[in-house]
Amino acid sequence: MNHLTEEQFVLYYYGEGDDAAAVREHLDGCETCRAEYAALQRVLNVVDTAPVPERAAEYGMQVWSRLQPSMGGRGARWMGPIFWPARHWAMAAGVAVLMAAAFFAGRFYPGSRPAQQTSAAQVRERILLVAVGDHLERSQMVLVELENAKPGEPLDISSERERAGDLVAANRLYRQTAARTGDTRVASVLDELEPLLVEIANGPAELAPDAVERLQRRIAADGILFKVRVVGSTVRRREEKAVPRAGQASL
Amino acid sequence: MELSDSVAVGQARAGDSGAFRILVERHSRNLFRLAYRMTGHPQDAEDVVQETFLRAYRQLGKFDERASFGTWIYRIAANCSLDLMRNRKRRNEQSQNCAGADALDPIQALPDAAPTPDRLAISGEVERKVAATLDEMSEMERAAFVLRHYEGMCIDDIGRALGVQPNAAKHSIFRAVQKLRRALEPLVCSAI
Repeated sequence: MNHLTEEQFVLYYYGEGDDAAAVREHLDGCETCRAEYAALQRVLNVVDTAPVPERAAEYGMQVWSRLQPSMGGRGARWMGPIFWPARHWAMAAGVAVLMAAAFFAGRFYPGSRPAQQTSAAQVRERILLVAVGDHLERSQMVLVELENAKPGEPLDISSERERAGDLVAANRLYRQTAARTGDTRVASVLDELEPLLVEIANGPAELAPDAVERLQRRIAADGILFKVRVVGSTVRRREEKAVPRAGQASL
Repeated sequence: MELSDSVAVGQARAGDSGAFRILVERHSRNLFRLAYRMTGHPQDAEDVVQETFLRAYRQLGKFDERASFGTWIYRIAANCSLDLMRNRKRRNEQSQNCAGADALDPIQALPDAAPTPDRLAISGEVERKVAATLDEMSEMERAAFVLRHYEGMCIDDIGRALGVQPNAAKHSIFRAVQKLRRALEPLVCSAI
């Protein structure tokens, strides 16, 4: 008597294969194959018990809120900054820290070749301006999402909270850089932005309706969104001019 | 009345982002589960879910409206997961090459501790073994097994989803099951 093969067992377990009736019949009459099949069943049944971390019912909404800004058109940029996963935001913050450190190193460490030094300063300035411009844009998006929340309803801000957490460290560094280089306008707006980012990052993931309104009132009262927009566009303009301009390294 | 997938897809193709939102909200959790089973890491699974919807959005024009959106998006998620696992494997190989023989961890080289008679311990051990065995599978074996075992896809559909012949998908599943049996049978038998 030929016994069943392992492949037949597997196909039978999953309800595939053309010979299910023949396999059933064989199993009914063959104790060896029945024992073998029972062993396979036990293994595959315990595989089912491997846990999967559950996502809350609102998970779909969270995914959408991360996707939405990239849905401007079907030709949307592939993986633009808004679409970065959370850990990439964290990496961006890390890169920002490194860039600012490099900026300081270049700014305060005297070199021996003035022409190269000027060019390096220009490049550093442009890199830093790009980074600050991006930082302000990302901060603006967090604030806009909160400002546009429907009043009178609770709000899940877990993704904004995570992004704010990533923005706090970079904000602090840019603010210090701006203050040291005498760029008071940028320093001042980053100074106002920081406590708001800290509050969002350290607050609950779900805001009650009154907490949403309180946050919206705060954003509106300080005019912070307007200031971030204005300074952001100023930084962008300076960024465009940064390379041709000779050796000024202010932020 | 709730919008069906096919109606929502039609509206999304016409540029209605609200309709696409319905699809995202409806399928995200299932896609996360699939991606987690495939990748074994929650953060990777989150990335896969996002990338899946972005790819789907960009390819909506190619979607055959007679097909099931659920099957189509699962196929995209399976491929995104495969891409991610292949990239991860490449990165791991590179880092192992850089680290050389010094990277061998003597603790990890020790044989597994024998399972205790306590059922809870065994159950924890089973979970760890399942996770470790899934990690040891090739990307194709893991993907084919996850789609067959957890998602209930038939072998022909798995072949189409993964871009291989049904026979190749079937053999990937066989190999995956063999690996699981080798790893789990001693534990499962001791628990009876």
